[in-house]
Amino acid sequence: MSAEASMIETEAEVPAAGRSVLRRLLTNPQGITCIAFLLLVILFGVLSPLLAPYQPNQADLNAVNAQPFSEGHLFGADRAGRDILSQLMWGTNGTLQGSLLVLAIAVLLGVTTGLLSGFYRGKFEAVAGFITDLIMSLPSIVLLIALFALTGPNVMVAMAVFGVLVAPTYYRLVRSVVLSVRTELYIDAAKVVGLSDQRIIGRHVLWAVRAPVVIQSSFVAAAGIAIQAGVEFLGLGDPEQPSWGGILQNANSNIYNNRFGVLWPALLISLTILALVLLGNVLRDVLQSSAHNKTLKRSRRRALLNEAQSARTTSSPARSEEAFLSIRGLKVGYPDGPDHVRTVVHGVDLDVRRGEIHGLVGESGSGKSQMAFSTLGILPKEALILGGSIYLEGEDLLADDKALKNARGRRIGYIPQEPMSNLDPSFTIGAQLVYGLRAVKKISDKQAKAQLIALLTRVGIRNPENVMRLYPHEISGGMAQRVLICGAVAGDPDLIVADEPTTALDVTVQAEVLELLRELSTERGLAMILVTHNLGVVADLCDTVSVMKNGRIVERNDVESLFSDPKQDYTKVLLESSRSVELMEA
Amino acid sequence: MMLSLLKSLLRSAAILLLVSFATFCLMFGNGTGIARAILGYQATETDVQRKVVDLGLDRPLLVQFGDWLVNAVTGNLGESFFTGQTVTSALSTRVPVTLTLVILTLIFTLILSVLLGVAAAVYGGWLDKVLQFVSVLGAAVPPFIIAIALVFMFAISIRAFPATGYVSPDRSFSGWILSVTLPVVALLIGSVASAASQFRGAVLDALSKDFVRTLRARGLKESHVIFRHVLRNAGGPGLTVLSLQTLGLLGGAIFVEQVMALPGMGQMANQSAQQGDVPMVMGTVVVTIIIVLVVNFLGDLANSVLNPKARTR
Repeated sequence: MSAEASMIETEAEVPAAGRSVLRRLLTNPQGITCIAFLLLVILFGVLSPLLAPYQPNQADLNAVNAQPFSEGHLFGADRAGRDILSQLMWGTNGTLQGSLLVLAIAVLLGVTTGLLSGFYRGKFEAVAGFITDLIMSLPSIVLLIALFALTGPNVMVAMAVFGVLVAPTYYRLVRSVVLSVRTELYIDAAKVVGLSDQRIIGRHVLWAVRAPVVIQSSFVAAAGIAIQAGVEFLGLGDPEQPSWGGILQNANSNIYNNRFGVLWPALLISLTILALVLLGNVLRDVLQSSAHNKTLKRSRRRALLNEAQSARTTSSPARSEEAFLSIRGLKVGYPDGPDHVRTVVHGVDLDVRRGEIHGLVGESGSGKSQMAFSTLGILPKEALILGGSIYLEGEDLLADDKALKNARGRRIGYIPQEPMSNLDPSFTIGAQLVYGLRAVKKISDKQAKAQLIALLTRVGIRNPENVMRLYPHEISGGMAQRVLICGAVAGDPDLIVADEPTTALDVTVQAEVLELLRELSTERGLAMILVTHNLGVVADLCDTVSVMKNGRIVERNDVESLFSDPKQDYTKVLLESSRSVELMEA
Repeated sequence: MMLSLLKSLLRSAAILLLVSFATFCLMFGNGTGIARAILGYQATETDVQRKVVDLGLDRPLLVQFGDWLVNAVTGNLGESFFTGQTVTSALSTRVPVTLTLVILTLIFTLILSVLLGVAAAVYGGWLDKVLQFVSVLGAAVPPFIIAIALVFMFAISIRAFPATGYVSPDRSFSGWILSVTLPVVALLIGSVASAASQFRGAVLDALSKDFVRTLRARGLKESHVIFRHVLRNAGGPGLTVLSLQTLGLLGGAIFVEQVMALPGMGQMANQSAQQGDVPMVMGTVVVTIIIVLVVNFLGDLANSVLNPKARTR
């Protein structure tokens, strides 16, 4: 193993413990920028009596429609000669009060009802849920406009109502957190210890909901500012008070005389909202997601794949000439950090002759499914083949993407483990089988149907014409697995990769499906790689067996020899445990 | 399927009735306030009282609501307190403008967010990162500010589109296109931003399903896997998101109408509210809720067509 490869396998660095959330927030460039901007906005408002160059609504008739950066008016002036910078500063207070009001009301209402609902369930939850649904289907802006007819220009009342309208978002959030916490042990333990309900809520649940509530508040404050500016922009604010939305409205109606007037309020409103939204995203990253990033750098990924490819072309290891499929030195890994890859298959060799049924056994996580997926090129997107070759009749499938594509479905078929989830729920059985068959064979729709009906009959489905018209949820699991077997052999492959083909089935159906696989193998001269953890299945069906452990093949033999004379300790343990399971079941 | 659609229809009707009642009580609760707003602040107390009786605002609220409801069912939503125009006829010229904006935006949102969402989910990498970043920006900035920015750039700095006003398509089709382009784009940016990221999620979700792996193993072309199978399965959740977005879109349309002086429902609601023209406000509230409920119902309908499980139930 090269030095390079051993470096890949080193454990990713664990993030330093004990770094406080605040530290992480402040060292995050996006976080600190947002916080600094928001603090600036707050100061801008709070200090306006000290800093604002002009009094609210103070008009300077010499400065009507003054352009930005003119003397005494940094941002220019509006059509009444009011200084835009000063007006914005004075208006900031209203925005701050409005967003605080929205937050206070929404948090108070949403969090309390959410806590009660999640904790006591029952009628309270039903009623609260209905009201929540109702409120969430209301057009809030139209209601706020309607409210004006009732209250006149009073933005604070509008913001209070908006607080009620957004409270459901807190309600849903808190309720779901409480429900998940409730089921956790520590609440039960607290009950056993005899803490009162209030103290349980106070101590444990509030602790669990605080992070989501803080994150949500950032987004709600952003929405509140947008709505407040919007309401003021519609002219529903107090015309006597400078406000962000009001200044924007003024400037917008005056856009032909002073086009840059809209710039400042528009920028201030959008940047403040953006800062809150981005801060919310940073908070979510800092408070919720695990600090461990599992995506590999793109350059690193490409380098690893290139390395594997060049190793493939320079050295071709000795392979068995008689084998139909010959796997040499296969290595598969998964990203475990920007620079790290965790290897799950460590250079495995495997040969399968024509017509041979080869069992691949091992406990879960031993890498046997990874081997199966590699052969078909259907590993998950993030997986990396770090080295090795898969020869199908002498042609390296890993070196040539096209060869792999041509092999799939035509020369290698795949039978999955879980029958139901492996059929597309949106298409009829017939449609998806026909699509699959016509993808690999140049035949008409009609021919495909005829062949599939014959094949469905062969795999033991009665009334196949009918079954082809059904959707996956309308057939049983055993039937679905027969359909999948039909789909796997339809393209006349020479090799079938079957990944635990009987594990998800009823015991009675299991035996039938195994029998079907054996018959198909004999009839069609099919070779098979049978991935399983069940040694009974292996004894029943396989010619040869490879035992996998921790991504390596530890023992390989024909079935009789392996069962009668296991060489490795691990194989003995596997055989022992499967015998004791059989005894228990008997 | 019929049963579940009937249920959702009944639910919508219940919501409509409940919200109408609540709004009615709020709006018509203060009879003297309404009369005072109509007559102005100089009017004498006796004039105000006479007006209250004239308009029937002295009757119990429940009776007033009953009357309103009976009339509403026959399509009569009352008359404006100021112009005497019927609310229905005012709405009949206003609703098409707002609906034009909302429907055009929904159509383009559907097309663009499917394309962007699929591209981001399938290709990943930089495209995905750009989309995620842009969707945060697009969804955060309120539509009326986007509208102002668009007017600033494309109607005032470059005079490519009219800054204000609406041209009906039967008067001039090209004029209509020009007049709705900026408002629709203003609404579209935020709407696509959030729908595309939701669609991306739905596609990623569908891509991670077991059957996708099996279909690939069967030798299907990647384009068939994506456009036939993944898209079909992501379609249901995607459409639900889209129908839920209508609510926000209507709100956005009201602001955008204000920016570009479009004679739509938002403008009508706003003007009537500022005047205290209660029947007109009531009418727009009811129609908005109906639009939202209809779109959500259509979303349910499309979902049950796409999802065979819902169809046979």
